[in-house]
Formats: sequence, C-alpha cells, structure tokens
Amino acid sequence: MNARSETLLWIAQRASAAVLALCVTVHLATIVYAVRGGLSAAEILNRTHGNYGWLAFYALFVAAVSIHAPIGLRTVAAETLGRRGAVLDLLTLVLGVALALWGWRAVLAVFG
Amino acid sequence: MAATLRVSVWRGAAAGRFQEFEVPRRESQTVLDVVTHIQRECDASLAYRYACRVGMCGSCAMTVNGRARWTCRTHVSKVAQDDRLEIAPLANLPVIRDLVTDMSRFFDKWAQAKGQFQGARSRRDDFARVMPDSPQRLAVDAAIECIGCGVCYSSCDVVTWNPDYLGPAALNRAWTLVNDVRDTAGAARLAAVAGDAGCHACHTHMSCTERCPKQITPTAGIAGLKRAAAAAAWRGEL
Repeated sequence: MNARSETLLWIAQRASAAVLALCVTVHLATIVYAVRGGLSAAEILNRTHGNYGWLAFYALFVAAVSIHAPIGLRTVAAETLGRRGAVLDLLTLVLGVALALWGWRAVLAVFG
Repeated sequence: MAATLRVSVWRGAAAGRFQEFEVPRRESQTVLDVVTHIQRECDASLAYRYACRVGMCGSCAMTVNGRARWTCRTHVSKVAQDDRLEIAPLANLPVIRDLVTDMSRFFDKWAQAKGQFQGARSRRDDFARVMPDSPQRLAVDAAIECIGCGVCYSSCDVVTWNPDYLGPAALNRAWTLVNDVRDTAGAARLAAVAGDAGCHACHTHMSCTERCPKQITPTAGIAGLKRAAAAAAWRGEL
C-alpha cells in the first residue's frame, strides 16, 4: 500500500480512537448509572425504543469500531503472521464492512 | 570489587554458543576494555569492532547483559551483575562472527529513508541563513547528534517483527532533513518514510529513546514524521 493510503489509514485509526474514547466512556457510565437498582432487558429496550439520541450515539459507536478494529488487526496480522499485501487489505475491508453491518443491525434492533 | 570478572562472550555466527572467560577487574574499566583484554590476552581469534574508544564513531555497540549499549562508554561497574557479564552481538542484525554484525541493512535503510541532504544552492550562492532559535533548527539540534551505532535499531521490537521497518535511526535522520529549511526533497522523503514499513509502523514503545547513548529521542522524531505525513496527505501532497 502506498504512503498516502498508509497515512490515511493512520489518521482514520487515530480519529476513530478519539471517538471510541468518548463513546466507551459514555457507554460505561450509562451502564453504571442505569443498573444501580437492577435493570432488565425489557426495561433497556423500553428506554431505547424510538430514541433517536441513542440511535445516533450507537450508530457512531459502531462506525468507530468498524474503522478502528480492522486497521489494528491488519497491523497485528502483518507483524505476528508476516502477512502483507492485497489479500490482507481485502480481508481488512471485509471485516470492517461486516462489523458495520452486524453492529448497525443490532442498533436498529434496539431502536425498534 | 572482586578481583576477576566472569564474562560470557558469544562465539560463532547465527549458530554459536557463549564461551566463558575470566578477566581481571580494574578501576574505571569499560566493557570494551574487557572485550579487548579477552582478544589480546585470552583468545586472539575473537572478532569485535571498535575505532575511536571515546563515543564518537558508533562502531563498538554490543548487547551487554541483554541490553544494547555502546561498550566504550559503558563502565563495567554500572552493568555487571554478581561480577558477571554476558556480551553478545547486536540483535536485529545478521551476525558475521562473534561480536561483529553486518550493518549494511541498517545503513541501507538510511538511504531508503532518503537520508541524504538535497539542496538547491550552488557554491556560487551565499550561505543559507538559519536562525539558531527557529523551531526547525531546534528540532534538528535535538536529533542531529546520532553516531549510527545501531543501539536503537537493535532495541526496536518493530524491527524484530517487521524486518523491512526502516527503524529509529533512519527515521530520525529523515526527521532532521524534514526540518532542514535548505532541503528540497521534502515530499519525496515523506513518501519514502510513510509506507507500511515506515513511521506509521512505530508502536511508541520508546526502547530506542531509552537506550540511545546520545540521549536522542527518535520516538519524538517519528511522531513528528507521522504529523508531517498526515498534514501532507491532507493537503494532497503525498
């Protein structure tokens, strides 16, 4: 992969990491706050159904994961397995798309 | 201080073994003094490399008790454990024989990173004026004293994982030239150092920075290259 593409991947991973830092913090804080008195799945779905705020938040969360994780795994594969090149780049793309589709499907499910 | 030092020295090439020697302990003794004593008094066939003996030439680096060090400026008293030393060739480089490594790949990477200055002036032009307190000149000052000893390269985990990785020294050299206001090869140099074996591969473990005998911080230079490459990519110049 050329220098420009590598640099853009690096920017994408750093930017998605910044988004994830915020999203994970909000996600964990919300869990801790919401389950203080015990919480059932039904109660969670009751709060998330039709809530456009949570829809937007978790859609962004999934997008950041879908960008961040495959780029990191590409580096891990390159360094630990010594695999580089077009096949690895294609697998990275497939993993990113799969994570996005699975994640957004789950987000839509809790939105209702 | 014990009267003698027990020293294990690597013998052979990639395949080999450690050989034990006993060396008299002396005041202000350096690791290079120990290796020289072994070669002159115990076994003349021992191969090792040195030149200046005063920390200028960068040729005497070896792995001492598991860490890459310049041996001419490393006192035995600082590194011996229980009056023992283990001396091996630098890691991440092919061993030619005993303590001598083949440094050609290390220096080839300086060339790959476009570590040569390229200017636009001729001998008929006036001197370039570079303000000593300008940010670029200060960045160069912080990184320019590299002696090419290979300690950083030998200590770098990323080089171990990816033998194509340019390594801290070559990237540090590129960083000095990126900040040289007289240099005209900036875009080509950034393209050379921003590939998949370049600055973005650095994990910021900082072993290079911790072990550099000249107290250079290659990690900071590599981070600077990442920022410079990102800015160039953003402007469409990469």
